[in-house]
Amino acid sequence: MNIPDGLQYTKDHEWVKIEGNTATIGITDFAQSELGDIVYVDINTVGQEINHGDVFGTVEAVKTVSDLYMPIAGKVLELNSVLEGNPEKVNEDPYGAGWMVKVEVKGSPSDLLSAAQYKELIGK
Amino acid sequence: MEIKNIPLNDLHTQLGGKMVPFAGYNMPVRYSSDIEEHMAVRNSVGVFDVSHMGEFTLKGPNALDLIQRVTSNDASKLIDGQAQYSCLPNETGGIIDDLIVYKIKDNDYLLVVNASNIDKDWNWISKFNTKGAEMKNISDDICLFAVQGPKGVATLQKLTSTDLSTIKYYHFTIGELAGVKDVILSNTGYTGAGGFEVYVHKSSAELIWKKIFEAGAEFNIKPIGLGARDTLRLEMGFCLYGNDIDDTTSPIEAGLGWITKFTKDFTNSAAIKQQKEAGVKRKLVGFKMIDKGIPRHDYPIKDAAGNIIGKVTSGTQSPMLSIGIGLGYVTTENASPGTDIFIEVRGKALKAQVQKLPLV
Repeated sequence: MNIPDGLQYTKDHEWVKIEGNTATIGITDFAQSELGDIVYVDINTVGQEINHGDVFGTVEAVKTVSDLYMPIAGKVLELNSVLEGNPEKVNEDPYGAGWMVKVEVKGSPSDLLSAAQYKELIGK
Repeated sequence: MEIKNIPLNDLHTQLGGKMVPFAGYNMPVRYSSDIEEHMAVRNSVGVFDVSHMGEFTLKGPNALDLIQRVTSNDASKLIDGQAQYSCLPNETGGIIDDLIVYKIKDNDYLLVVNASNIDKDWNWISKFNTKGAEMKNISDDICLFAVQGPKGVATLQKLTSTDLSTIKYYHFTIGELAGVKDVILSNTGYTGAGGFEVYVHKSSAELIWKKIFEAGAEFNIKPIGLGARDTLRLEMGFCLYGNDIDDTTSPIEAGLGWITKFTKDFTNSAAIKQQKEAGVKRKLVGFKMIDKGIPRHDYPIKDAAGNIIGKVTSGTQSPMLSIGIGLGYVTTENASPGTDIFIEVRGKALKAQVQKLPLV
């Protein structure tokens, strides 16, 4: 299970990388492995301001549907257009080519977890 | 409720199976990837351990009479070595369970039922057993492996002297497999991919499993989880009890008229016959998505005007088609193949079209 040290995490299994005023968000290796083959990433919130903890999209695996929650308040700037045709990138490279959205950060992070804390949460 | 383990639980864990509770048993939902496993079955061969399924033996001079009274299909038509898909209607228009009835010989039958319904079916059938058929629940002793796919027969043929090509669909024989006697070799399965199902006593199950994998190595045989089992059966439009059929759906509504035979009386047969003649208000249909989206259990189905006309009972992304597919009940006037329907996915009405089964 790959849980990189340089990222922050949520208890809902998103990762977030904050660089300056921009945050890149995706789902963790643990999340993609639990979901199985991801066949559709449904995000219609580009341009919207979304509160911390609110749903910004949905990820669909063959068997299950899972909501995506904002790790930090912000405005969705762009989504990863590669996922439109290649949602399996989320399985193959969840922290790289499988990123989901970039967000303009509007609030300060409150309850993000470190890699060590996230590993403890998932029992790895 | 206590979750049980199937006999080869440890083996599946070693093989990387992700075990999840299903129908009261820890079951492998996937080993690697749902899509890879699905395609292995469609293109070559895969093995499902579906040992959670229930098996009852019904024996004695009153066995057939009991089967005839509780099931919808006509088991008197079975010859020795023939199996039949059937269902147990309830008294209020619904279905207790769907099942397969195997005729081993006169006065000797095997009923294979869904794991989630073992106790319910046992109690239901027992209630009608007023003439003393000998019933035995052997579910805990029997392992069931579904060896499915176009290379399924070639795989098993290496392990038996029985000529499997002579066993027709929904027929079976009791023979030797990998040196183990009294194995049921049944030309059945729930994938539409061809292949056999193998019923074996749990004491020989691990040996048989390993021999099957040795025999299938040249075909790149894979263990297959319940995830792919669901997508495979859904592509074929086969019903899953608890999703597409249940205590409230009639066999006629569910498109199971073909296993509902009025050549005999059975539970609620008069009402079901009347329903068949008068017609039903809703029907189970298969559909494919036209808009991008994936239908899921319980999503509303609407017509073009936005009226609710039914709901989805099973849905997924088809690994073969790479589009959303599903089954659902719709009003009869919307049930003809070619009818445009709309699936409500997260508040949006997405276009789909009713299709003939199978969907692939």
